[in-house]
Amino acid sequence: MVGRDTFRPAMPGPSQPAQISRNSNGLDQFFSSIRDRSGLSILDLAGASQSNITFITQLGHKLYSDDILRTLSTSFGTDDEFLLRQGEPERAEYFLKQSLDYLDDAFDGALVWDTLQFLAPPLLQLTVDRLYRVLRPGAYLLSFFCADEKAKVIPVNSYRIQDSKTLQLAPRGETRPAQFFNNRAIERLFQNFESVKFFLTRENQREVIARR
Amino acid sequence: MSASPMRNPEPDGRGAAVIGKSVMIKGQIISREDLTIDGEVEGTVELQEHRLTIGPHGKVRADIKAREIIVLGNVYGNVDVADKIEIRKDAKLVGDIKTARIVIEDGAYFKGTTDIIRPEPKPAAAAPKPAAVQTAPVTAAAAVTGNATSVEAKR
Repeated sequence: MVGRDTFRPAMPGPSQPAQISRNSNGLDQFFSSIRDRSGLSILDLAGASQSNITFITQLGHKLYSDDILRTLSTSFGTDDEFLLRQGEPERAEYFLKQSLDYLDDAFDGALVWDTLQFLAPPLLQLTVDRLYRVLRPGAYLLSFFCADEKAKVIPVNSYRIQDSKTLQLAPRGETRPAQFFNNRAIERLFQNFESVKFFLTRENQREVIARR
Repeated sequence: MSASPMRNPEPDGRGAAVIGKSVMIKGQIISREDLTIDGEVEGTVELQEHRLTIGPHGKVRADIKAREIIVLGNVYGNVDVADKIEIRKDAKLVGDIKTARIVIEDGAYFKGTTDIIRPEPKPAAAAPKPAAVQTAPVTAAAAVTGNATSVEAKR
């Protein structure tokens, strides 16, 4: 079920939502934190895209690209048992090794986008703990969570940076979220981080900036 | 309009050397001309001043140095490109990239670091050319070496 390539694709035709651009306070905050610095290492977990690579490398940073949702589908399959399999320790270990096998303190920032909401609770916490380890103290992590408590399925998007405050969302399909995240759940998730800040968008997404 | 009996050249071929899709090479490839790899290569690939194309059937497990690289197949290894790398739709590259420019199409898979190398500014005045030097004709266009075999392709 999960994976950029295996999400139920958005159907082509008039009902298919077009790419939309929107402001992102979270992104603005993220880039404010690294403004006037160069040579940083930034982790982008939503797959490599031309716009993200161009934008971040033009700021003088090194970008590490990976597609964590693709690794999710190779680790846990794509059928209805997908969330259940995330509880299997061997598979979870394989997933973490494939997706976040970096040295401690390797990155100065992480763009996690909406990927965490597709992880079931045990694996989710392991993943956030691993992200905490690979980030340097003071580094920022940007992640998005659906704020619609009643949503049965949520859209899966590619996030492309247009500028430091604007994102383009390219629909890739839709899927069932692993759980609903309210502010308290998100605070608990990032409890090891020094601070957590929320922004609610008009598209009903919680943008979260966590400072390591 | 003429019905030429000659086959159309490959779009990117420009007379480049080609490692076909049924060819597998283990070892070191050094090429002094453009090269297309549509087979399997394991080792290292070096084309300092030339363009490397990894064809759609190409599977390369090697560190690569080239002036320009176009990836349509699979590459596992670090890539050092003086000018530009293009990762086309459905291509896969796992490894770190050092390059001056990068083009990545939607649908391509890339896992690794992108490190953009800014070209050093050229000196204002070009150095005078030295007097003509008599050189022997260059015959070695591409060299392929491995553990068991050593092949030198000559034109």
